[in-house]
Amino acid sequence: MEEINALFNGFAVVLTPYNMILMVVGILLGVIIGVLPGLGGANGVAILLPLTFSMPPTSAIIMLSCLYWGALFGGAITSILFNIPGEPWSVATTFDGHPMAQNGKADEALTTAFTSSFIGALFAVIVITFLAPLVAKFALKFGPAEFFAVQFLTFASFIGMGAGSPFKTIMAMCLGFALAAVGLDTITGQLRMTFDFITLLKGFGFLVAVIGLFGIGEMLSSMEEGLEFKGAHAKLRLDAVLRTWKQLPKYWATSLRSCLIGVWMGITPGGATPASFMSYGLARRFAKEPKTFGKGNPEGIVAPETAAHAAGTAALLPMLTLGIPGSPTAAVLLGGLLIWGLQPGPLLFVEKPDFVWGLIASMYLGNLVGLIVVLTCVPAFAAILRVPFSIVAPVIMVICAVGAYTVNNAIFDVWLMIVFGVMGYVFGKLKYPLAPLVLALVLGDTAESSFRQAMLASQGSLSIFWANPLVTTIMTLGVLMLLWPAISWLRGLLRRQGGSVSA
Amino acid sequence: MTTITLNFGPSRITSRMTGRTLACGAAMFLATAAFQPDTAMAQGWEPAKPVEFLIPAGTGGGADQMARFIQGVITKHKLMKQPMVVVNKSGGAGAEAFLDIKVSNRDPHKLVITLSNLFTTPLGTNIPFNWKEITPVSMLALDQFILWVNAESVIKTPAEYIAAVKNGEDRQMKMGGTGSKQEDQIITVAIERLAAPKKMTYIPYKGGGEVAVQLVGKHIDSTVNNPIEAVSQWRANALRPLCIFDAKRSTYTGKVTATMAWSDIPTCKESGMDVEYQMLRGIFAAPGITPAQTAYYVDLFKKVTETPDWKEFMEQGAFNQTMLSGDAFKTWLTTAEKTHYDLMKEAGFLATGK
Repeated sequence: MEEINALFNGFAVVLTPYNMILMVVGILLGVIIGVLPGLGGANGVAILLPLTFSMPPTSAIIMLSCLYWGALFGGAITSILFNIPGEPWSVATTFDGHPMAQNGKADEALTTAFTSSFIGALFAVIVITFLAPLVAKFALKFGPAEFFAVQFLTFASFIGMGAGSPFKTIMAMCLGFALAAVGLDTITGQLRMTFDFITLLKGFGFLVAVIGLFGIGEMLSSMEEGLEFKGAHAKLRLDAVLRTWKQLPKYWATSLRSCLIGVWMGITPGGATPASFMSYGLARRFAKEPKTFGKGNPEGIVAPETAAHAAGTAALLPMLTLGIPGSPTAAVLLGGLLIWGLQPGPLLFVEKPDFVWGLIASMYLGNLVGLIVVLTCVPAFAAILRVPFSIVAPVIMVICAVGAYTVNNAIFDVWLMIVFGVMGYVFGKLKYPLAPLVLALVLGDTAESSFRQAMLASQGSLSIFWANPLVTTIMTLGVLMLLWPAISWLRGLLRRQGGSVSA
Repeated sequence: MTTITLNFGPSRITSRMTGRTLACGAAMFLATAAFQPDTAMAQGWEPAKPVEFLIPAGTGGGADQMARFIQGVITKHKLMKQPMVVVNKSGGAGAEAFLDIKVSNRDPHKLVITLSNLFTTPLGTNIPFNWKEITPVSMLALDQFILWVNAESVIKTPAEYIAAVKNGEDRQMKMGGTGSKQEDQIITVAIERLAAPKKMTYIPYKGGGEVAVQLVGKHIDSTVNNPIEAVSQWRANALRPLCIFDAKRSTYTGKVTATMAWSDIPTCKESGMDVEYQMLRGIFAAPGITPAQTAYYVDLFKKVTETPDWKEFMEQGAFNQTMLSGDAFKTWLTTAEKTHYDLMKEAGFLATGK
């Protein structure tokens, strides 16, 4: 086993005291960055990048990639405790994570999230270790049509998510698409819906919208409900970790499915955010009791967290082997590689085995260290909910405002965040679902680009979506998912008729 | 005293249309500048707080890589006492960054790195901005463009490429590039003219790395990637360079692949595809800053370009190491703006009213 040997060499590279310290520092910084909304992993890595120029490249990438794992872990914390997604890929975690915290099970929710993250990452690293060359070739098969098919599948697997009226879901999604369309159209190079307002040039930042819709919206609701955290009186139990671990094995199917979705989306490179949404949508679709989703079902945490972390980890593979980043953070790391004098691409594995295998080994160790660090902090995180609301609320407001500002360094975004906050509150009152809006906002732009790129390539023929086995399979899956509610309704109807006939 | 020796060799971007020569009115300057240590520092202005370095593009792209590299070099060699903070403002094809620096009148703690969108964005979108409204500091280098095809393609020379467009079905040749109505599409239109009346299909993507991989995966037939965006795929024998869009071959003779160096790639012109284009990598500051402040930054970037790290970076990306500042830079900018105006006008890319 060539890979095993290489991997052990990698461990030898990583297991020096200097590299281990950098690893822990990276994880801790990453968790902090992940907790602060707005200051995402990409920003964190970008800020620290210049500091690493004096380090050996292997040490530098170990620290920065650990910061990335830390941010992936940290994103879940505020999502669960305060309904504020610290990172785009933790939006789906709020759907069930926050209700669990409100039910007094914050510690279990956090443990579930962290453990799922770890499993997702571990799965992805194993795939990278043994299948790197094979998997890299698979990524090459993805052109615009294939990308659109994947995005279509994500939307389709999410349709019928909201418990409320399907019309409200469609309304929310359309609003999301409209918001996503503001700014520069990448296909024609023209400005759309900016109405000559300079501030609208950059469009609506996904993070700003999410911080407002979820964070501020949630604060407004809490204020109305008597300035108190639900679930604040939950007992802090130190055995939360072991207790939760006993529960987790029964979600193995969801876990495995989410791992596969995550690795696939990370490699292609669809990214962690669509992976988390798709995985959540599918988990709900295949669940025995879909109605419990959105009300604090641990499976609703397992799915998005596993997928997000698997995708986040797998995203490093196309960066190393092809030089295309699978995520914004990977894009910044890519810049780092060039500065350290390393050329990412098909030859990196051959020319710099120490670096590549050191990085892969650090993925194993970094995630393990990360898991231990965050799990030991679970009681501390859960205890935050016991702090009186009147103290925590202003702090959260400030963190949200700083987060919104950090995204683009623009004060306009802070106002925008407040507007989105009011919108989130009104949506809640009128029982309009937020998830479809957020999904459309994050994926609308890329889905539109992919569709139009595919149309350009095929001279306007839709047959490009059925041009080869790969894209046909994904598209067919998407269409099936889209029609699934209708199919199951029809099946139910037929069965009832059949039943009445036989009776 | 600063002595700048300029060796202007204005060469036209020309494209031939079935025998007739059709001058696009495009001109790019080849300038060789020799710098000598100057006395700018004697005037003694220095930044008093952190310097904000704006990037009119997203993270991970060519401009972003260069800006972060510069930041790293300045930090590593302690070239500036205050820290440099890199900020991406990519909204509206970079307009966000340009408008930001435009309104920062007399603020000496703000810089912006530019690419061709300095010209193309205002020309294509009616965004109220022109480079004359900010202060030019220096041109760091010119980025090259190379015509790439998949290594398995039957096309081996630029002449064969044009023949393939000419003799193939209309719009059959798919060219992938970064952005819309920007440098990549401008070059595509110039190539397309050589194969008239046949058209090509241009497919815009978000980033150069993505474009290179789409070519490896054969989702497109060719690209005009910058060297640094495609070099790793070239080294892995996945892509084949046909020609470089410069007047002269690259000066880098070190082997990049087993058999070829950058200098072995023929120019497009010498191989029958009469198109030339290079992209500005330059630095600008806010409007209204004092000459001493401008001089400080000119000197700072000169020091950056003198480091061994910079030289290595230049070779990796096969950059044309042309450095300009002061009036020579302004002259270059005026000409380049005219070039872009003419090219975009002919391609029909100008916004209404321009």
